[in-house]
Amino acid sequence: MCPPARTPTEQEKHGRHGRPITDQDAHDISRVEELSYDLKIHEVMTADVKTATPDMPLSRVLELLRLNRISGLPVVENEKLVGVLSLEDIVRALQKNELSAPTSRYMTREVVTVASYDSIVNAISTFTEIQLGRLPVVDENDRLVGMITKGDITRGILVALQKDYKEEEVRRYRASHLFEDIISERTTLVLRYTIKAGDFTQGGKASSHIKRALRRLGADPQITRRCCIAVYEAEMNLIIHTTNGGVLKLEVEPHRITMSATDDGPGIADTEMVFQPGYSTATEHVREMGFGAGMGLVNMKRCVDEIKLESSVGKGTKLLMRTFIPDHTVGVSRDG
Amino acid sequence: MNLQQIIDRLNLTVLTESQDFAGIAPTGGYSSDLLSCVMAGARKGHLWITLQAHLNIVAVAALNEVAAIIITENAQPDHASIAKANQQGVILLSTPQTTYEVNGRLWELGVRN
Repeated sequence: MCPPARTPTEQEKHGRHGRPITDQDAHDISRVEELSYDLKIHEVMTADVKTATPDMPLSRVLELLRLNRISGLPVVENEKLVGVLSLEDIVRALQKNELSAPTSRYMTREVVTVASYDSIVNAISTFTEIQLGRLPVVDENDRLVGMITKGDITRGILVALQKDYKEEEVRRYRASHLFEDIISERTTLVLRYTIKAGDFTQGGKASSHIKRALRRLGADPQITRRCCIAVYEAEMNLIIHTTNGGVLKLEVEPHRITMSATDDGPGIADTEMVFQPGYSTATEHVREMGFGAGMGLVNMKRCVDEIKLESSVGKGTKLLMRTFIPDHTVGVSRDG
Repeated sequence: MNLQQIIDRLNLTVLTESQDFAGIAPTGGYSSDLLSCVMAGARKGHLWITLQAHLNIVAVAALNEVAAIIITENAQPDHASIAKANQQGVILLSTPQTTYEVNGRLWELGVRN
């Protein structure tokens, strides 16, 4: 009936499921599942527990159950859990007309308990194994410290999820007010991404990071979308067309977002032709993947307020794009 | 018309992890195999119908927040693409039908924006 002495739990020794977590496992684990491992039983249990003693007459226990509207309670002697008594036990006593008998005569001595320092997932699996509604919680010295019900677990998870949600809100709030407490003549947030030539497996990764950053900074969804299309095209161009890859850079200021893509070759011979819809120098292989539609720079031009393409063959290319924020609200509160 | 109904009516194969498809209501659709056109043309909540099945469609779908990609003519994405789609929350559906047929069926079902 007692939990093992305080040895490290399986999770503490080996991580979840008693083994190291692979990347795939990590993807498969939902936040609720994660919480069922992270939250400890003592964090969600009810600590204020009504108890009986072994010598307490059953009539007195029945009164306790009735007053507190509960269907059973733990029996404790010298702080140690020695049994549980449920309404069913009292019914058995009633049948024999023994309501004045001591609790010890009718209580169940083989008690299933959970340890306060275990994760709530242990309580969940115990609840699944034995069809009981509540479990006594004991500490490492087998002392009763609380009771846990399925309701306690649900409530604990909901509270933790609520806390998660608030933290994300705070993070967003902080980012969306980033520039307000920093006094300078001009404050700029620079995001820089190195893009490898030919690495299609990473295509779009920098753009998705930029998207998240702009959202957190509180940028308007339309502006975020336009910037994302522009940087995605620029990112893919670095992957598809450059000799050694390049650098994608985003400079965020409250009133404008400047995006640039820089590489060291091969360079573009005709910087006007590339703005013609349908003009492309992509290889057959790249076209088969759906790139090389000859719409990249056309898309970029459509999505930003300013675009400048400088290139020289053999030296490299620099693409500069700007989007202006009408109400100067990136990283600055709208109400401030 | 929610996504579960569309999957049932068009008999689509779900390639990514199952989720509450009935809770997703596609707002319309866009069909192209050229990724730049999709970047420009597809909208949040659209179905994207294409016969491209390689890894990069996942990034395009995630950036555009399309409701799902319907991959036509039984083109088969590889394991890495499906894993990435699961990771990014992109739904991949597959069908032996052509893009033209899928467009027609969706239009009939009233998905017209």
